[in-house]
Order: sequence, then structure tokens, then C-alpha cells
Amino acid sequence: MVELALGIMLGLLGLGAGIGMIAGIGPGIGEGQAVAKACEAIGRQPESKSEVTSTLIMGCAIAETTGLYALIVAILLIFVAPNMFAGIIMNAVK
Amino acid sequence: MSEIKTPDVKSRRFRMTDYALIAMMILPFVVCILLKVLFTPAHEGVHIAGALIYLEIPAPVQPLIISESQVNSWGVIISILGLCLYLTHGLTAKAVCKRQLAAEWIVEKCQKLVDENMGDYFSTWAAFVAAILGLSALSSLSCLVGLFAPTGDVNVTAGWAILVFVLIMHYKFRGGFWNYFSGLFKPIPFFAPINLIGEFSTPVSMAFRHYGNVLSGAVVSSLMAAALGGLSRTLLGWLPGILGDIPFLRIGIPAVLSIYFDVFSGCMQAFIFAMLTMMNVAGAVPWEEWNARKEKKRLRRSAAAG
Repeated sequence: MVELALGIMLGLLGLGAGIGMIAGIGPGIGEGQAVAKACEAIGRQPESKSEVTSTLIMGCAIAETTGLYALIVAILLIFVAPNMFAGIIMNAVK
Repeated sequence: MSEIKTPDVKSRRFRMTDYALIAMMILPFVVCILLKVLFTPAHEGVHIAGALIYLEIPAPVQPLIISESQVNSWGVIISILGLCLYLTHGLTAKAVCKRQLAAEWIVEKCQKLVDENMGDYFSTWAAFVAAILGLSALSSLSCLVGLFAPTGDVNVTAGWAILVFVLIMHYKFRGGFWNYFSGLFKPIPFFAPINLIGEFSTPVSMAFRHYGNVLSGAVVSSLMAAALGGLSRTLLGWLPGILGDIPFLRIGIPAVLSIYFDVFSGCMQAFIFAMLTMMNVAGAVPWEEWNARKEKKRLRRSAAAG
């Protein structure tokens, strides 16, 4: 019975981590649009390339934040949560 | 005014000091690598773990932990101190040593960055911003020599972010406590909890952004190394003797990833952390209220004086 509970717990944690990383779509779309606009801007004004590039990299790094939150949640679910929940299940069985 | 003496670059004493400073730059990393080698437990296959714990000091609430990230970041701090002392050793008005040009370049760039982004009032902040930039960049780059990057531990970046948060708060309160407190209830009182969360999300997002980038790089790199090891075992396992055991595919390929994840991402995140520090602190000052307060204080003082 405990094995079943642990198995279900591990499976659901993996599933949760995978579903959580769906959040990676958002920053992907956002950064893609930002790069597209930056390319347009450089095409229109080639002399402003260095400024556009530095602003773009800065903006991309900030837009990445939501994706990184999802990543941290996923990493916690995979590496930290199993120990914690296994402890809880073991205490409940006792 | 006393004349600045031109240092004798060839003299024995100057050289010995130079060697000592170079040792001060390199030795912390050597000590950190040595500690890591001594404390790492034996393991096989893919191994993803946080910082090693070197020492646990018993304390009343919970044990005080001295971990790898703390030791490594102190190593980085000592190394940066050595670098600064080395670059400024033998400074003269005429620039006798080549390293003085490097030191001047660094100082000028940092001063320019701060002047452009923070305005005249914060002109003296170049030292703080340069310190954050250098510490963060060198911490991220320290994984190139095989160390655990201190920025890959959320405690380290959270410490920096809390420091920045205290500074932001200090400048926000320049307009008076009541001004800050009533600002939370704008535009309508219903927004107060959201504004409060917004205040605290600044340090959280700064800490998590830096830590998440470095950690994800480390995780992806180690997964890649493990996958390449397995791939070379299946592809090249037929080679005779010990040749079959050597993971040839691991040579060179992970280095390409490392250029992006360790070098580019590490430097980029250091720059972004410094940039956000500058923007948040410079944007926190309520100039109008602060000037009005100063004016009021001055009037009160002059009225009291007569």
C-alpha cells in the first residue's frame, strides 16, 4: 500500500512538473515577437543596431522571468518535493 | 602637496608584491576546488544536487550551515580584492604599468553606466554597482573551473536582492512615511494588497531570475553530459579494451553549451542584476515630496532661529 502511495506521488509530481513547464510557451512567444520587432527596427535604421540589440537582450532577459518561475517550480517538484512528501506519507503510515 | 613617487617597476619589492597579489587572486579558487574534492561523496552516473554542506554549527533555532556556496562566494570576494589591488598597484599620473589602463577603463565604464542610468545624484554609486557586477559575474564564471557557482544557490542571490530591497526602501521613505504609506492605497484602496505584493515582488523576482538562469544552465549541462556519456557507450562501446569505456562524445560538445550557459548567461545576468539595481533604486526616490519636505524643514528651522 505504501509502495502504491509513493508511486502515485512520484508520478503526479513528475506530471505536475511537466505541466508546469507549459509556462515556457509565454516567454517563447513574447521573446519571438520582441526579436521580430527588433529586426524590423534594425532594418529601418541600421545605424541604431547596437542600441536596439542591448535593449533587446535586456528586455528578453526580463521577459524570461515568468518562464524561470515555472522552471524553479518544476525543479523543486522534481528534486525537493519527493523527499518532503515521502516523509509525510511515512509519518502518516506510522 | 607631496610628489607622487614613480614606482620602480623592476625592483624586487614591487615584483614580490605583484606575485603575492596574483597568488591572492588564484589561491582562493584552488582552496575551494580542494575543499570540493575532499568533501564530494563518491557517485556514479548523472548526479544533480545543490551545494555541498561543509559544516553544521549547532545553534538554538536550527543548525547554522556553512555550505559550498558560502565558501565559494567568500573565495570570489577575496579573489576580486586581489584583482583590484593588483590592478591599482603602482598607480601613477603617467601610467607606467599597462594594468593601469585596464583599471582606468573599468572605472570609466562603470562610472559612465551609472551616470547614464541613475542620474547625477547617484554618481557616487559607481563603486556599489561595480562591486555587484564584478561579484555576480565572477561568481557565475567560477563554475568554469569546476566549482559550484554561488549564484546557483538561491540563498546567495536572495541575500543580494534583500540588500537591494533595503536600499530601495531607504530611498522610498525619503518622501516621508505617510507619503509612502498612502501611496499604497492609490488609485483606490482596493489595490492595497496588490501594491504590497508588488513591493515585495521586486527582490523575489531579482533573486529568482538570477538563480533560475544559473541553475537551469547547470541542470541542462549535467543532463547533457549524462546523455552524451550514454550515447557514446552505445555507439562506441564496441571499441576494444579501455577505449570502449572512455566517453569520447563528452569531449568538446558540452563546452559549446558551456559557452552559452556559463559565460554568456552568467555575464548577462550579472549585467541585468546591476541594471535592475540601478533602475529600481534611482526610480524609488520621490523627488517632489522629498524636496517639499526639505523646504518645509528649512522654513521651520529658519522660523525657529528667528
